[in-house]
Amino acid sequence: MDIKRLISMANQIGDFYESYPNQSQAQENIAKHLNSFWALPMRKQIAEYVNVQGGNGLHQMVQTAIKAHIQV
Amino acid sequence: MDEIKYNSSIDYGTPKSQSAKQVTLTIDDREITVPDGVSIMHAAAVAGVMVPKLCATDSLEPFGSCRLCLVEIEGRRGYPASCTTPVAEGLKVHTQTPKLADIRRGTMELYISDHPLDCLTCATNGDCELQDMAGAVGLREVRYGYDGENHLASVKDESNPYFTFDPSKCIVCSRCVRACEETQGTFALTISGRGFESKVSAGNKDFLESECVSCGACVQACPTATLIEKTVIEAGTPEHSVTTTCAYCGVGCSFDAEMKGEEVVRMTPTKNGGANHGHSCVKGRFAWGYATHKDRITTPMIRKSIKDPWQQVGWDEAINYAASELTRIQKQYGSDAIGGITSSRCTNEEVYVTQKLIRAVFGVNNVDTCARVCHSPTGYGLKQTLGESAGTQTFDSVMHSDVIFIIGANPTDGHPVFASQMKRRLREGAKLIIADPREIDLVANSPHIRADYHLKLRPGTNVALVSALAHVIVTEGLVQEAFVKERCEWDSFAEWRDFVAKPENSPEALADELGVDAETMRAAARMYATGGDAAIYYGLGVTEHSQGSTTVMGIANLAMATANLGREGVGVNPLRGQNNVQGSCDMGSMPHEFPGYRHVADDTTRALFESAWGRPLSKEPGLRIPNMLDEAGEGNFKGLYCVGEDIVQSDPNTQHVTHSLENMECVIVQDLFLNETAMFAHVFFPGASFLEKSGTFTNAERRISPVRRVMRPKNGYEDWEVTTKLSEALGYPMHYSHASEIMDEIAALTPTFRGVSFKKLDEMGSVQWPCDDEHPDGTPIMHIDEFVRGKGKFFITQYVPTTEKVNAKFPLILTTGRILSQYNVGAQTRRTHNTAWHAEDILEVHPHDAEERGIKEGDWVGIVSRAGETVLRAKITDRVQAGVVYTTFHHPESGANVITTDNSDWATNCPEFKVTAVQVSRVSQLSDWQKHYKTFSEAQIAFAGKKAEAAKVS
Repeated sequence: MDIKRLISMANQIGDFYESYPNQSQAQENIAKHLNSFWALPMRKQIAEYVNVQGGNGLHQMVQTAIKAHIQV
Repeated sequence: MDEIKYNSSIDYGTPKSQSAKQVTLTIDDREITVPDGVSIMHAAAVAGVMVPKLCATDSLEPFGSCRLCLVEIEGRRGYPASCTTPVAEGLKVHTQTPKLADIRRGTMELYISDHPLDCLTCATNGDCELQDMAGAVGLREVRYGYDGENHLASVKDESNPYFTFDPSKCIVCSRCVRACEETQGTFALTISGRGFESKVSAGNKDFLESECVSCGACVQACPTATLIEKTVIEAGTPEHSVTTTCAYCGVGCSFDAEMKGEEVVRMTPTKNGGANHGHSCVKGRFAWGYATHKDRITTPMIRKSIKDPWQQVGWDEAINYAASELTRIQKQYGSDAIGGITSSRCTNEEVYVTQKLIRAVFGVNNVDTCARVCHSPTGYGLKQTLGESAGTQTFDSVMHSDVIFIIGANPTDGHPVFASQMKRRLREGAKLIIADPREIDLVANSPHIRADYHLKLRPGTNVALVSALAHVIVTEGLVQEAFVKERCEWDSFAEWRDFVAKPENSPEALADELGVDAETMRAAARMYATGGDAAIYYGLGVTEHSQGSTTVMGIANLAMATANLGREGVGVNPLRGQNNVQGSCDMGSMPHEFPGYRHVADDTTRALFESAWGRPLSKEPGLRIPNMLDEAGEGNFKGLYCVGEDIVQSDPNTQHVTHSLENMECVIVQDLFLNETAMFAHVFFPGASFLEKSGTFTNAERRISPVRRVMRPKNGYEDWEVTTKLSEALGYPMHYSHASEIMDEIAALTPTFRGVSFKKLDEMGSVQWPCDDEHPDGTPIMHIDEFVRGKGKFFITQYVPTTEKVNAKFPLILTTGRILSQYNVGAQTRRTHNTAWHAEDILEVHPHDAEERGIKEGDWVGIVSRAGETVLRAKITDRVQAGVVYTTFHHPESGANVITTDNSDWATNCPEFKVTAVQVSRVSQLSDWQKHYKTFSEAQIAFAGKKAEAAKVS
């Protein structure tokens, strides 16, 4: 899938959780959302983008969440 | 005293009473005990004594005009009308005496003296209350003759496409006028003139041009042949009747299909229908002719390429071809290269077998439903906050509401039968708050109703509004803390409270962004929080945004904070667009959930289904519709089984959708018609109409209602049978002999449906889930003692403006909606006479924006967005605010979704239909897309052997 589309979708999730005071919980929730609702190929693609390609343009909280909690 | 067992086939003359006090009286020497407040006529009917009547019917308040229902009461003078005289303890009533008989005969004689004596050739012969009463009172002669002045030469009004108004047969009983007022709430009819000049009038216009919304309430109420369905005039009176469920909106009205053999003569709303209580709208009541429209395709078709003509084949060949193609694609491209889409126009049983086919036979979870593009944020948001992906109330609950708060919904157009009930409550005095960018009819255009506050916000700012309202509730001390402490997670509440209390969430700080005066927002918040029992009703104006799920959670936050959950009159009520949106979601047609909203990764649930279905199941969530289309666009998704849904017309960014479909190698469409998606298909399985199959629909209040087969499927099979045939061809036979057996399997595997069966539906009429051992008669109101998730959970709702920004190139916001007479993509209603009210989609433009662009009423205007361009005719109106344009999407050639973009909700990918930045200008010709569409669709229709004039009334 077009990585720009995935980045845009992931950033929207990050925007939702940005205001949560407990950032570590928010990061878990971001990853939980991705694990629960994104198909495996989409998760693999965004994880590779973060872990291999540096995650440019991706919300910082989302990057952290993916590194720590994504299931691929 | 035992509760009265009402018989829906009896007309009790006047309404029931809700009084708990019982009154005992004697009628014709029969002692009867009834609730205080009912009329003597009603009590008599309960006792089995039918008092003659004409102007009375039990759906309307008593009127006392016909003078037939007179009775004698011992100890009282005169002959009071039994319809307007309430019961009283100890009354002794006589309904049949020589004097009463004399009066009634005299009255009937006067009626008949100005009534045509054409009973034998009259369309209602044998089904006419006037005729019945003439018999009941023993009328044997009319002494006055017909030489005097009369109304027999009055001219018929046949303007309405569905019913005629013949004033020569009218007895001026006012039942039609009162039905229009009390039942429908439109007040389109009146009695004009006095004395002999009195006549029913639709505002001195013909019915079609009048305010009449063609709901049929007047026709239903008419005791003579004055207002009668044209189908009855043409076909004669029906000989049997089958109760079923409407195939249109999420109200899910019960209808009696009145039949002659296998021909529907008329559809009449079921008197004791749980959702509609005997009322209807123009769609369900009259717009069912599509089921036998000449455009229907009843023979399976296949083709190798969409550039080829269709080849008509037998069912076996079509099924085997589809199966072989799906198998080939999975071998060639991998298991994930195929999937399926169900529709909210499918029954629960059809959705269930389709998702079973995809999960168990395709071996993937790539199954989605059209709720993706409408109410998926409801499922997500309510599950997160309250624990269940469903509305909390019954429709009847609105009659207990003190404050009604409508957000992003247009009930009089989208959910008209429920809107009539809501209007009744509003006329009784309930307060009304409306948040909508557009002035919907309930704001100030419905008789005797005016919104207390209309928050005319800018499209895309719902979350800011919800936060501003919450700010007022929190900072002005309006939170019901005792409820929150007992029922909700306190920590989540505290985080939310602190968030919404921030100055940046105040109405004053957000007023400019919203375009709504801060003090108005404060007043509305106070009314919602302190005005008594307050209920929120919302629609796609909430969900179809980039923050749709956030708004749903924000709505639940408001309801929890103000203790407006868990009893009659309150609640969070999503108004579902199509009849089975709730059901299609319940049945596991989302890619991450099995039936009953259980995640595919849950090992226990998955093991349950693996055991029942005998196949290994994937624990990975599948692709959503937009994901499937994106993957197809890139060549990774090659096969689609699309049941009853038309993604080309109903999903956003049409050109992206069609490009993706063109990239697929096997698109299977199962539908009544060659819909827009079928033009890109390789296999066409003809579908059965709702009149031709058995099953169930689940409406917006979780009410499961039976769909009953009243005629044989013109295509040969019910839709679930087609799906099981495909499954069998793929090596997995499903052994059902009737839809009821599918429901039995659903009940066995889904806790909230455990007590549901066709037998129970036959006994109860309908039932609201959860229906299980604990709630064998269903659950009308949810979350009474505790939330389904245990403690309610508050969520912080940070407003994030959409990325779909207006700028110099695209300075206006387009928002889309629906209209009363048309339904969804219009595939059904465009093939009925409903086109008399809405023959084309038009663009509403504010006078200021129109003047700036030199646009006049009726001009062709081009609408350009970042996604595409189309052309519509303009209507200049201040119902929309300056800077906003509005249209509907009921006609494919309009191309409304050519303009909408791929933007979607952060949590669910529900498209942002409600916000598209556009420019509008006068043009003189169709857009390039429309020209291409015309050529392409004509070719495709010709490929199917049909004349290129689809969507015309036969």
